[in-house]
Amino acid sequence: MRPIYRNLAGLIAFLGVWEAAVRLGLINDQYVPPASVVLTRTVELLGQEDFLRDVIASMLAWAIAMLAAIGIAVPAGLLLGSLPGLRTATTAIVEFLRPIPSVALIPLAILVIGGGPESKIALAIYASVWPILYNTIYAFTEIDPLLIDTARSCGAKRGRVLASVALPHAAPFVFTGIRMSAAVALILVVSTEFIAGASTGIGRFILDATSGGGRMDLVLAGTIVAGLLGYLVNDGLERLGGRLFRWHAATTTEAV
Amino acid sequence: MRPVTGFLQRWSLFFGAVVLWELAARLAEDPFFPPPTTILQTAGQLWFSGPAGHLLLTGSVFNDILPSLGRVFGGWLIAVLVGVGLGTFLGRSKTGMDYVGPLFAFMRAVPPPTLVPVFLVLFSIGTPMKLATIVFGSVWPILLNTVDGVRSVSTTQRETAESFRTPKAYWVTMVVLPAALPKIFAGLRLSLSLALILMVVSEMVGATDGIGYQLIFAQQRFDFPAMWAWIVLLGVLGYGLNALLLAVERRMLDWQPTRGAARAQTTGA
Repeated sequence: MRPIYRNLAGLIAFLGVWEAAVRLGLINDQYVPPASVVLTRTVELLGQEDFLRDVIASMLAWAIAMLAAIGIAVPAGLLLGSLPGLRTATTAIVEFLRPIPSVALIPLAILVIGGGPESKIALAIYASVWPILYNTIYAFTEIDPLLIDTARSCGAKRGRVLASVALPHAAPFVFTGIRMSAAVALILVVSTEFIAGASTGIGRFILDATSGGGRMDLVLAGTIVAGLLGYLVNDGLERLGGRLFRWHAATTTEAV
Repeated sequence: MRPVTGFLQRWSLFFGAVVLWELAARLAEDPFFPPPTTILQTAGQLWFSGPAGHLLLTGSVFNDILPSLGRVFGGWLIAVLVGVGLGTFLGRSKTGMDYVGPLFAFMRAVPPPTLVPVFLVLFSIGTPMKLATIVFGSVWPILLNTVDGVRSVSTTQRETAESFRTPKAYWVTMVVLPAALPKIFAGLRLSLSLALILMVVSEMVGATDGIGYQLIFAQQRFDFPAMWAWIVLLGVLGYGLNALLLAVERRMLDWQPTRGAARAQTTGA
């Protein structure tokens, strides 16, 4: 059997078990509607203009947050990666800021920034800066000194070493960081919309479906769309990374 | 002298930033941004002004912080058991991941907070709902990393074990799992920070106690110093849990020849 058929078989088996569990009454269909209902609802939603507008609002917030996070984290990572003194001095700050769960900042963001799209973008930037920053710094500290020395002994100046040796070496690691951040940022955008009650977005749609009489079919349909978007983004970036950095092993060996 | 200068190098900028924050907050007098000293005072009143019999800890420590920590550890431990167990099984099977791989990749991409309403009606308000949210959100990094790690057992190791006719149980526990350990630990740290996040989220949406509930409650009654105190507590918890797990990892992976390869990235989502 080819892997693609096994993929399909796995999916169909999962949906079948779900459908059967609900139809047999193991799970209350008020709480979790059967798979067939949820999938039909998902397809219906994708044809609705209002819902598509929500999807676009979420994806737009995600795209802005990603661009901003890359714009902040890559230069900062290059700076901290190439200046060990500065890196030691800022480690304590970074190590303290990084583990603060960004959801803990949701109440603060609502108060200071407001309930508009700026809040979710700001929180998504905060969450997605760290993986990129970390991977960029990591790439620079792990560079093989032999490569630098070789370039130097061939007469390369500092700028040339940076451009021809250090940056190509760091690029796959940075890209892995960006891929991880992309997933985090999307989850954060949708979560903020859901928890803080933004005016538009997939999270807002799910929130409305929850509070408006507990329409679990709509909640699950919205969740499936959010999951599909995340899957497609990750898959697309993985393929892009594989194509861009075919010469490098970091894209295939890096975990998660 | 060396440790002292090292300490100064590491922490001087941090303390400088805190002092700067203190001065800026005092000058600006913005109600949203209280100075750090006020936050510390509030934290002291919130948690350390209890009776001497309780080691000066207040009721909030016992009613909010400890239950929250219990949920984080409980949910995370379930995720570890499920993730490592299922991951070992799937990693050893030749075709297992073909069947469930795309499904798991999709589920990992689902934002866990949006499933809170579903868990809320399935388990009603209470600890099982929070555990379900934490387990669902944090199991994927462990599971997928375990699969990866189990598959990274080298051919030499496998052939050596085979030629010694190593019993199966011994093979899995003494060869496969240790070889997979660096990858598993990378997943463990990622999922512990996710568990902390999901604890906060599930308590924000449906709870009557816990850190997340107190945080959103402080915001709703415009008690900004208290809100900041809870945020700082979450930062300290995140830092502490990560440091704890790192220490365990260092001890357990001492024998690994290439420690650099196992360094994983954690996110602060």
